[in-house]
Amino acid sequence: MSKSPATREFARRERPISPHLTVYRPPITMTMSIIHRITGGALYFGTLLVALWLMAAASSQATFDWANWAFGTWLGRIILFGYTWALMHHMLGGVRHLIWDTGAGLEKHTASKIAWATLAGSILLTLLIWIAGTMARGA
Amino acid sequence: MSGKNTDMRTPLARVRGLGSAREGTGHFWRQRLTAIANIPLILFFVGFLIALNGADHEHVRAALANPFVALVMALVLISGLTHMRIGMQVIIEDYVHGEGMKLALIALNTFFTIAVGVASIFALLKLAFGG
Repeated sequence: MSKSPATREFARRERPISPHLTVYRPPITMTMSIIHRITGGALYFGTLLVALWLMAAASSQATFDWANWAFGTWLGRIILFGYTWALMHHMLGGVRHLIWDTGAGLEKHTASKIAWATLAGSILLTLLIWIAGTMARGA
Repeated sequence: MSGKNTDMRTPLARVRGLGSAREGTGHFWRQRLTAIANIPLILFFVGFLIALNGADHEHVRAALANPFVALVMALVLISGLTHMRIGMQVIIEDYVHGEGMKLALIALNTFFTIAVGVASIFALLKLAFGG
């Protein structure tokens, strides 16, 4: 298909494009929405760890000690720390959604503030849980 | 519903309000209900784990065998697993477009949920009644 010079000139001209994901600076609400889904997916598979722990507790001393050892290794602790954060983030994100379900907090800047609060709150709660856990272990 | 009625549904279908998927808002509502229930349940679970951090096997067994703990733990599992099953189904429906693969994954989602639930609750019952 041959194009006339005028058509080619038109195609070359810089024209505005609609905001697309790759050229669009994601607002915090969008990022938190994505993280909400990712943490939900992570928690889904995290239930395997809960099942493992309960089965180990219901099993022999040796099995329980092995599970305790595995959770206590550095890799185990990193996974559990991530699990704690995912749980707290998903919980606070869920509360945010429940607030939105009532029709409140949907104004642009309010929504952004709540989204930042979700992130800050999840980090704070995760640290508090681990500090409390360490204190319980020490006591 | 006054005047010219252009709604093709039968009066019964309209009253039930379930739509073509026969689910209506049941899925949405269950997700919210379990979300609300999960808040206190998960906080209990986290608190329980903090209190048990570093405890030996005997101590953990005794704690889980407590009737109150066993009951609440069963609720944590049922509410949490129901919530996650619905959530994963939404994720599958959003991203998997092949009809066969979608159905297979939705079935697998249910199997996974039930497997985790049955294994966990069996362990709880064993601790509670097995002595």
